[in-house]
Amino acid sequence: MTAPQQQKLKITGPVVVTANRLGDGAVVYFTAGKKWTTRIEDAAVVSTTPAATEFLQSAIADDVGAVGPYIAPVRLEGATIKPGNLRESIRLQGPTFELPASFGI
Amino acid sequence: MYHYDDFDRTLVTERVSEFRDQVARRLSGALTEEEFKPLRLMNGVYLQLHAYMLRIAIPYGTLSSEQMRTLAHVARRYDRNYGHFTTRQNIQFNWIKLEELPDAMTDLARGGLHGMQTSGNCVRNITTDQWAGVAPDEIEDPRIWAEILRQHSTMHPEFSFLPRKFKIALTAATHDRAAIRVHDIGLRLHRNGAGETGFEVIVGGGLGRTPFVGKTIKPFLPKRDLLSYVEAVLRVYNQYGRRDNIYKARIKILVHELGAEKFGAEVDAEWQKIKDGALALDPAFAADVAARFVYPDYEKLADGPAELTQARKNDTEFERWFKNSVSSHKVDGYAIVTLSLKPEGAPPGDATAEQMDAIADLADRHSFGEIRVGHEQNLVLPHVAQRDLYALWQSLYKIGVATPNVGLVSDIIACPGLDYCSLANTRSIPVAQELTRRFGDLALAQNLGRLHINISGCINACGHHHVGHIGLLGVEKNGEEYYQITLGGKADEDARLGALLGPAVKYDDVADVVEDVVATYVELRERPDELFVDTVKRIGIEPFKERIYAAR
Amino acid sequence: MPLVKDGQIVSDPYLRVLDDAPAPDDTAAIVPAARLLADAGELTRRAGPIGVLWPNDQTISELEPYLDKVALVALVFPNFRDGRAYSQARILRERYQFRGELRATGQVLRDQFLFLVRAGFDSFEVVKPADAQAFKDAIHRYSVFYQPAADGQLSAFRRRAIAHRTGAASPSVERVR
Repeated sequence: MTAPQQQKLKITGPVVVTANRLGDGAVVYFTAGKKWTTRIEDAAVVSTTPAATEFLQSAIADDVGAVGPYIAPVRLEGATIKPGNLRESIRLQGPTFELPASFGI
Repeated sequence: MYHYDDFDRTLVTERVSEFRDQVARRLSGALTEEEFKPLRLMNGVYLQLHAYMLRIAIPYGTLSSEQMRTLAHVARRYDRNYGHFTTRQNIQFNWIKLEELPDAMTDLARGGLHGMQTSGNCVRNITTDQWAGVAPDEIEDPRIWAEILRQHSTMHPEFSFLPRKFKIALTAATHDRAAIRVHDIGLRLHRNGAGETGFEVIVGGGLGRTPFVGKTIKPFLPKRDLLSYVEAVLRVYNQYGRRDNIYKARIKILVHELGAEKFGAEVDAEWQKIKDGALALDPAFAADVAARFVYPDYEKLADGPAELTQARKNDTEFERWFKNSVSSHKVDGYAIVTLSLKPEGAPPGDATAEQMDAIADLADRHSFGEIRVGHEQNLVLPHVAQRDLYALWQSLYKIGVATPNVGLVSDIIACPGLDYCSLANTRSIPVAQELTRRFGDLALAQNLGRLHINISGCINACGHHHVGHIGLLGVEKNGEEYYQITLGGKADEDARLGALLGPAVKYDDVADVVEDVVATYVELRERPDELFVDTVKRIGIEPFKERIYAAR
Repeated sequence: MPLVKDGQIVSDPYLRVLDDAPAPDDTAAIVPAARLLADAGELTRRAGPIGVLWPNDQTISELEPYLDKVALVALVFPNFRDGRAYSQARILRERYQFRGELRATGQVLRDQFLFLVRAGFDSFEVVKPADAQAFKDAIHRYSVFYQPAADGQLSAFRRRAIAHRTGAASPSVERVR
């Protein structure tokens, strides 16, 4: 999965703008109102290059809100927004295994 | 154990206060991310997929029990109750918040711990043999030289903005446990014909996209010249290392493009101009550093005490662990104990805060309060009286760090991979977990003998796959995870890069293929004690290729 | 862009002269390296002091023959991460004993000040006015240095040695634990 920050902008399906929140690094998504949210269901989904570019530019302009914004693919299942690839689903849901703390001793 | 004095402690505290100011400026917007990023990296702060990650240096892999408790505290207070020990004698916390980092660093500084130069394009944490000071096969304690280099490279005014990161490793033992031949500079402390000790200087080793085994540019460097010579190497690299392409910026590319001989000549020319200057090492300096390494007050004990002999006879499980995880110590009656952080089904190298605290207590009770971190992502208690081994084993067993798989097939080195890392192409940890389940039968693992599996989730090779006896490199094809397999790599004194087995295999098939590779080895080994890597060396990769791909 | 010299924000007496523009006779002027190498005789016969802007990918030893004729050497930091000029600075100060003004130009930010001072720079073209204001604080953030460099600061080892020799209270040593 090519590091998304390096991707050329060519939109072929539904996408969102995502980044990490500056203060705590949490995964965040850009909303239609151009604010950051941790809820993917509140993300603005766009499907055209101009719209994605515009959102991305606004997101980049907010250097204090979030770090490293980029465009990530999503899948739409009815009204539900799902991450479009493994990397994005790991970003949303966390590592794909049980974290060590839960092993206990 | 090295004891910090006022100078060392003051510097760490001043660094925390500087970083607190930098974080405040970043949060206020006075620093842009572009400006802040190199600053946070110099303090070991990365941004991963889900959160910030803090990497803390464990210089030359030596930790006091109190420092281990400090790490446990940070895991509990600022993270999710665990930490991850890395291949370069560091520990990483994966869920740390930028806003809380200055406080976390303040707490760490109280224990003499910090993240300085664990990232960024500077001289990184100086690493060495995790058995330094206790290994029977070493000529002297290499940590004194690692500490001298640590001090010299900390906040170096000339070398904090190098073309790329710079890793130095040392060994003073016959057997290289520090992988010095795959470092930017590898230093091997040895004795010359005249009986003097000095360094063989190896440069330009490294893994990543373009792996190289390092080349010797100085067979014998007197100790007095260590700093001036390293300074000369860094100065040549700082000026001539490539800055146009991040993948060609490591010193190995410069050494390769110039040729080791020409590079060595450049270094020598620079060195001649500085060798008798301020960096010529005053023996008093080395003596001062050496004096601050305090060694345990060992008791006069004999090897093989009755308690041990008895326990080995009576408890087969203990005997299995003893044979696997206990190594000889240079002092009679003592032993070096490796704590496996690779239990079946767990992420390699992780320890919970509770385990860290328990290990600290056991170190106090049985190892003069000292713990080591090795590049294989395991921990070590370096000074255990042999008569205490049985009791220690029972305690280690209870906290899940006594799996007798050290150096065996399930003692896997893996990078964090796509589960954490923003550079990764594929996952590494779940592959490692599955392999530990496939090879969970300890008798089988023991029968296979020494066998290192190394897994990297991308070409940056943090899992050192090129030097794994079996190396797995994750690659992405059309959005799916595939793994290239290499065989026959080694990181020790006989360092060698593995050879590619064939086309990459899918995530779902990779454990099967590794099992087939191992089965092929068992079938083709000349005798039961021919190691996997020796079989590959003897027969080459073709028989493996035929067997693996014929079936698929 | 504020200029910081000797710890103060000062006005810049030097005029930047482009490639082949004439250098006024009585004004302090900074010329590009190529110009200095081509017209050294003519440039140094002028009444005003001459400075040179030396690129970070040009070997600094080429400048050595001219060092007694130039009053200022300006070195370049094209970005924060490019540290070649630190080596050039130390070589100028420590090997060639250059005593003129050594100026840091380019992407010069607060968090480099201390490294720059230690490498031998004594003037700084600072990108952000707030950074220039904070200069003194920034270079006094640290009181301990491990290695000798161009600023003459004693290394921690020397300070330890002096403490031992003079019988002054040696640095207290306390276990990390």
